[in-house]
Amino acid sequence: MNEKEVIASRIALELKEGDLVNLGIGIPTLVADYVSEDKHVTFQAENGIIGLGPLTDEETNIVNAGGMKATIKKGGAFIDSTLSFTFIRGGHIDVTVLGALEVDQEGSIASWIIPGKKVPGMGGAMDLVTGAKKVIITLKHTNKGQSKVLKKCTLPLTAAHQANLIVTEMAVLSVEKSGLKLLEVHPDYTVEDVIKATEAELIIDNVVPMKGVAI
Amino acid sequence: MRGFIKKNDFKDILKDGISIMVGGFLTNGTPETLIDYVVESKVKNLTIICNDGGYEDKGVGKLIVNNQVRKLIASHIGTNPYVGQLMQEGKIEVELVPQGTLAERIRAFGAGLGGILTPTGLDTIVESNKQVLEVNGKKYLLEEPLGADLALLGGAVVANNGNLKYKETMRNFNPVMATAAEIVVVEPFIRVEEIDPEDVITPYPFVDYILVGDENE
Repeated sequence: MNEKEVIASRIALELKEGDLVNLGIGIPTLVADYVSEDKHVTFQAENGIIGLGPLTDEETNIVNAGGMKATIKKGGAFIDSTLSFTFIRGGHIDVTVLGALEVDQEGSIASWIIPGKKVPGMGGAMDLVTGAKKVIITLKHTNKGQSKVLKKCTLPLTAAHQANLIVTEMAVLSVEKSGLKLLEVHPDYTVEDVIKATEAELIIDNVVPMKGVAI
Repeated sequence: MRGFIKKNDFKDILKDGISIMVGGFLTNGTPETLIDYVVESKVKNLTIICNDGGYEDKGVGKLIVNNQVRKLIASHIGTNPYVGQLMQEGKIEVELVPQGTLAERIRAFGAGLGGILTPTGLDTIVESNKQVLEVNGKKYLLEEPLGADLALLGGAVVANNGNLKYKETMRNFNPVMATAAEIVVVEPFIRVEEIDPEDVITPYPFVDYILVGDENE
């Protein structure tokens, strides 16, 4: 498995029977490919789908939240933006998975702006991380040798204290009241490797090999 | 419903400096013909309210590329690099609004509410210059209602009396925008005689004009 596949397959294990889930653009979108059909996970797309299905090449008016041609599952529903964000902001989404530029040991997330360089906008990300019951953040552990798992985010925030779980190509970390806890490490790396690649302070107690990784 | 409207009468509604809400999500459900007429009209200094900045050749992106937009209120502009360029040059004002907050601000205006309280945006740039209110021990941002002079709707199945429903994901911001503008114009995706009352999404009193006729009328 490549790094993206590792991350996507690991996150898929976090989704439970009956969950309503919103996947962000990029690696998070791949998570759907690793969820077994018999788990009955429903995907929501914030542009207005309950029961998002796979992408398609066929002519259609259905798009996902990234504007790509998509499908709707049998039994699904089309909704408008206000109802869509009632799901998101009202705590009706069980899990959201989003990519980020930085995340920190307090669970704060930066994902929508690099001042002076790139200003794509927040889209629905601020609403998702604020409203979803569980927030899973995925990102590359480092960028050009610099850690992206920080003591404190340096970029403008998407939200403060909202991340619950962080999944990178190296490790799985949970944001606890006491700090950032290292839960799992990919078999290609050691705990020492992860400590070196992480600026944040880590609570290291009982670390196990990353689940769901085919070696 | 006031009635059917053709290209030239629609262009008469357009004025410099007006605010226009445009339905659609990354141009899915955006009324492209109406936007083309706004481009042709050459009106300028527009305030555009839309989920996103569209693409350079599609959706509200066409108005931005044609330098007709003074201010854009949107949740996302990443698909239209020209917006970022104009922003850097100080030639367009962009107000970035979290998508759910954008929808709810429009809904508040349409529903006659004085604003909404939301935790989205707390402790971020979005909080700047806004009131933070505490209700039952929880903090919220006060976000003000957002209305417009004109709303342009797309993606609609349009009944002869102006009742609307929407095709697939083209619903998105269209129904809420139908409630929040002085004049609401819909560009039909499909025309039908009538819509079963149980299936109507936007009832006809919200709709002022249905676009009819071909390019040259």
